[in-house]
Amino acid sequence: MVGADAHRSVLSMDDITVRFGGVVALDDVSVEVRPREVLGVIGPNGAGKTTLFNVACGFVPPTLGRISFEGSDVTGWRPHQLVDHGVARSLQGLGLFDRLSVIDNVLVGADQHSRSGFFSSLLATPGGAKDQRQLTDRAMAVLDRLGIAERAGSVVGGLPYPLRKRVALARALVAEPKLLLLDEPASGLSETEMTELGDIIVDLADEISVMLVEHHMDLVMRVCHRLAVLDFGRKIASGTPDEVRNDPAVLEAYLGGALDDDGAATPQDAKGGSHA
Amino acid sequence: MSALLSSPILRRTLLALVLFVVSVFAIDLLSGFRQGQVASIAYLAIAAGGLTVLTGINGQLSLGHGAFMAVGAYTTALLLGRWENMPLLLLLLISIVVTMAVGAAVGVAAARLHGPYIAGATLALAIAVPALAIHFKDTLGGEPGLRVPTRDVPPLADDALFFLTGTDTGTMQWLATVSVACLIVTFLLLRNLSESRVGRRWRAVRDDPVAAQLAGIDLGRSRVLCFVVSTATAGLAGSLMAMITRIAAPSGFNLVLSLTLLMAVVLGGLGTLTGALIGAVLLSLLPTFVTNFGSGMGLSDLQAAELAPLVLGLTTMAVVLLAPAGLVGSLLRWRQQARLSRS
Repeated sequence: MVGADAHRSVLSMDDITVRFGGVVALDDVSVEVRPREVLGVIGPNGAGKTTLFNVACGFVPPTLGRISFEGSDVTGWRPHQLVDHGVARSLQGLGLFDRLSVIDNVLVGADQHSRSGFFSSLLATPGGAKDQRQLTDRAMAVLDRLGIAERAGSVVGGLPYPLRKRVALARALVAEPKLLLLDEPASGLSETEMTELGDIIVDLADEISVMLVEHHMDLVMRVCHRLAVLDFGRKIASGTPDEVRNDPAVLEAYLGGALDDDGAATPQDAKGGSHA
Repeated sequence: MSALLSSPILRRTLLALVLFVVSVFAIDLLSGFRQGQVASIAYLAIAAGGLTVLTGINGQLSLGHGAFMAVGAYTTALLLGRWENMPLLLLLLISIVVTMAVGAAVGVAAARLHGPYIAGATLALAIAVPALAIHFKDTLGGEPGLRVPTRDVPPLADDALFFLTGTDTGTMQWLATVSVACLIVTFLLLRNLSESRVGRRWRAVRDDPVAAQLAGIDLGRSRVLCFVVSTATAGLAGSLMAMITRIAAPSGFNLVLSLTLLMAVVLGGLGTLTGALIGAVLLSLLPTFVTNFGSGMGLSDLQAAELAPLVLGLTTMAVVLLAPAGLVGSLLRWRQQARLSRS
């Protein structure tokens, strides 16, 4: 599933603790994302998944702990610095620019690849125009890959939700990130749309690493190479989907058999797994 | 030729050039009074163009753009007071740069604010700047303001215009021509910016600052840049205004001017340059038209003068209610809807 360079991690978050006032949102959590791997972060509501996510993309600085990206220390970096270095994120709330067209939304995502500066924009120099054409071609290629190329000219505000989700994904992808962070990408999608999303993520993992925070267990189990399970701000388990599925601590956290939507994680399946 | 036209940049520049030549002829045909009107429409449209970029494209609401026009106007008045024969281009450039410097200082503060707070801060500026002019009587002339000396038409320009129109150029004709040339260049540059990467960033910051930041856009830098660009146009407009009205006085740069600019932008359609131009034309011509109409209908002079603000207010209300995207904005929307329903 993972290549020979699996030992070097793309993103490694070590001993992350986050406190908001007196509340401990994350307590000594360590996860790593390896090259061309899909890491799933799962856990019950309030487990700290989104906080871990926000730490990974630079929104929330960790109270304690260290984050490194491709071997260099990036603890405390701002989101746009991380974007510059190849970390892209698709927001749970989408965060699209409603009054911009689809293509413009995607082009904003490719912005840091643009070399045209203020004066070449002001004077509309041929060099700047060429640069813009190249970026537009690239954005169109991404839209094509996600199957929404024919909507490039539409204003995003008027599009249905599933299409908006794809635009958000396209915007993250056009930056050609090394690591893609996805926060609940399947929420609000139908069964078919979720299957398509799964195919897209599997396809992406041929080239880049993905960290996926998701509620939908069938999606997570299908596309993730490894999982990290959070509960009350702690990591209670990690491993392959099969290992995690049968971990007693995980079953404990998901008491009531809620681990899998189709009820695959019933107690008789519990054979023990690898603890974190 | 077709290669020339296939590049949008060259096409736009060519169009600008044609527009300029046409307007040179048009201005030549107008009476002195009409030339003055053209000149004042031009400087108002320049300032409104800058404001529509700031408010419509970047989402920063400025209620104090009149103050930046004042900075440009006073700079011009002071420079001309000392060096009466300063070259026009240099004069305009210095006025723009000085206004940009003030704009940068205010813009840095405004970038930390958002929505109504920027409006509040710039509103304070609109009130404070004329008060400064009154306070520093010795240098800025106090309440009566600074007189701006009339300048002769530069011989070279006179010759060039004679070559085109075959008539001698009067002072007002010269100023109207300069103002229209400035308007065309300003709108060409603003259009370039708006359609480029820079304009896209500004719109992204307007629509969703958090998402823009995640996309690698530095919010502060982007906002300050837009603010400075916008104040540059206000400085240019102020400089032209001082030369056209031949005075830089506090009463010319009161809150009404700032609100007039905003009204021009809203009437025409927020974020569209054509809209800013149409708004400026409307606000310059409508009051005189309505007043004349009033006197023609047999109203007393006072009543006729009171009619203008009433009609302007009603027009604004009608536009906001019936065409909330402004005249040009609504037109664009209708056209888009028509195209969608056809396809």
